[in-house]
Amino acid sequence: MKFSLYDFSSFTAWIDSSLRASMSPGWAVAVEMILIGIAILIFYAIVGLFLVYAERKVCALMQNRLGPNRVGPGGVFQTIADLVKLLFVELVPIKNADRALFNLAPFIVIIASFMAIGAIPFAKGLQAIDLNIGVFYLIAISSMGVIGVLLAGWASNNKYSLIGAMRSGAQIVSYELSVGLALVTMVVLAGTMQLSEIIEGQRWGWFIFKGHIPAVIAFVIYIIAGTAETNRGPFDLAEAESELTAGYHTEYSGIKFAFFFLAEYMNMFIVAAIATTVFFGGWMPFHVYGWDGFNAVMDFVPPLIWFLVKTFFVIFLMMWLKWTFPRLRIDQLLTLEWKYLLPINIFNLLLMAFLVLTGLHW
Amino acid sequence: MEEAVKAPVAEQEEYVINMGPQHPSTHGVLRLVVSLRGEIVRNVEPHIGYIHRGIEKMCESITYPQIIHLTDRMDYLSAHINNEAVCLAVEKALGIEVSDRVKYIRTILSELTRIQSHQLFWATFGMDLGGLTCFFYGLRDREMVLDIFEETCGGRMIVSYNCPGGLMNDIHPNFQNRTKEFIKYFRKTLPEYDRLLTGNVIFQERLRNIGTVTREQAIAWGLTGPVGRASGFSCDVRKHNPYSAYDRVTFNEILYKEGDSFHRYKVRMDEMWESMNIIEQLIDNIPPGAYAEKMKPVIKLPEGEYFQSVETARGELGVYIVSDGNKNPYRVKFRSPNFVHLAPLNLMSKGAKIADLVAINGSLDLIIPDIDR
Repeated sequence: MKFSLYDFSSFTAWIDSSLRASMSPGWAVAVEMILIGIAILIFYAIVGLFLVYAERKVCALMQNRLGPNRVGPGGVFQTIADLVKLLFVELVPIKNADRALFNLAPFIVIIASFMAIGAIPFAKGLQAIDLNIGVFYLIAISSMGVIGVLLAGWASNNKYSLIGAMRSGAQIVSYELSVGLALVTMVVLAGTMQLSEIIEGQRWGWFIFKGHIPAVIAFVIYIIAGTAETNRGPFDLAEAESELTAGYHTEYSGIKFAFFFLAEYMNMFIVAAIATTVFFGGWMPFHVYGWDGFNAVMDFVPPLIWFLVKTFFVIFLMMWLKWTFPRLRIDQLLTLEWKYLLPINIFNLLLMAFLVLTGLHW
Repeated sequence: MEEAVKAPVAEQEEYVINMGPQHPSTHGVLRLVVSLRGEIVRNVEPHIGYIHRGIEKMCESITYPQIIHLTDRMDYLSAHINNEAVCLAVEKALGIEVSDRVKYIRTILSELTRIQSHQLFWATFGMDLGGLTCFFYGLRDREMVLDIFEETCGGRMIVSYNCPGGLMNDIHPNFQNRTKEFIKYFRKTLPEYDRLLTGNVIFQERLRNIGTVTREQAIAWGLTGPVGRASGFSCDVRKHNPYSAYDRVTFNEILYKEGDSFHRYKVRMDEMWESMNIIEQLIDNIPPGAYAEKMKPVIKLPEGEYFQSVETARGELGVYIVSDGNKNPYRVKFRSPNFVHLAPLNLMSKGAKIADLVAINGSLDLIIPDIDR
């Protein structure tokens, strides 16, 4: 086996067998679930905090500033300090708000992003669940967050929030199509929806190179639609601070606000991770067919590093977009989706199907 | 049956939101009561007066040199030009001719003021449209102008450098060099502004044909400055009724026909180039002479009415003084451009989206303290 050096499946199999040796299979599964939950929670918190820090630094780079540089070396602990502050901030009770929905909304948003993380393959064998309909599952789960956004806008009894939620609903429902179709295009190329097999199919060339022009088009559309789906600039209409103050989370404070905030960054991470998996070969190192020495050197870099580097490259692209582009207007946003991206996408899907059928891809 | 005849509830009811007085896009304490139908603006009703300080009334109880310090606080981004307007009116009333040196320095500082005001406009306008990076670029370059002000005038924003009869003191020895350095730097930096924002597809799509005002409407509503000139209304006071040293320099009056938000933005961008041209023509030729005329310790204007208008960064500022011969004026009236520009906001933004309202409001470049005074 080529990747035995960094294969996590032997590690997870060892945990599994040692648990099963000491308890009944039912309990073993339960303990494994709890372990996975804790692992994802810790990962979630670390990546979330790091992304907030990274965004501030990238934004500072774009804007001729230094960014956070006081707390810790290079300001790395700034986000932790901010989180601690957010934990102690008072949760302001809103008059005439629908208390139950108001409290439920941040959890729905954050749970949606939790569930998506479970299916993402970080390295070989380092994946909570390898569904045979992985791509489908991710598309389904990532559109659940909009329910939370809509609830937040509705339940906070604030007119700005309601407009924000309204916009967000229209936006996410529209761009869900583009995300889905762009991924379906790549599924046609891969011939499978299972994420581990999609990555395995990219051993001798990532799909963005393999799929010719349709793959590049699909990637561009995916990045646009993915940015829109995470409510980030230039598509941050739902929270457009110069128009709607903060949109759907205007009324949230303290840790509930932090949930929205963290979920936004984690959604960005998930979108980037899916892009990495489907277009850039996931954790698969860069291989060139026939160059065995080169490939061996590439294999020496751990797959987790490959995955994170590619993911953060995509995240950087998204941040770059956000900090250089002005915001779209709602009608332009919908026009872009329904009049341009969707037709291009459908045509692109047909083109990809044609390529695959005629065997023009390699 | 009756219910069937009625329009759907959503079309009867207006969704009214209060934009402001605390809102990020109103640039101050302006309150817009906006009636919406979905995203579409049906009616905008500006409510003003949240920062009313009664400047005009206060002017009646203080002396002319003191009035100057109040005018800083009206349109604080055109502070120097406001000062100049009052000084010119008082000098006109007294029949004083200031030296060429004063005229040149006033003109240079006026143009620097215009540049820094437009820089801030560019910065905040970008921010209104969601491009947050512009803000830092604009403020970075504005800082250089403010440093020039600080060195020569003592103040950075609220300069109060003029006084009836001339200037408070002479220019700093560094003034000419620093200004030339700034122009050299800004000629290279201004194209950067265009690369970041002007050429952007989203930016242009957001602004073209939004908040259009025809030439006739502009004249009827009394729109001046960049707002009027974007509609093709030639209204530059510097050109039509030159004061200070504007009759000795050559510059173009920027005129566009379209009258939409994008061309209001364009006028300001082009005006920065023209301002740099004006400064370059004057900066090396500041003649020697007195920086202030000898004035009586107590300035009393002869009985009568005096008017002087100047071109601030936002449009025509008129100063109207009625004197009864005392050391304080009987009545002072400022014709402030921002108050006039706010009036047609409803006309411009009817039928537009919420985002357009923010864009239109930004393209008018309103300074709220100048509206309320």
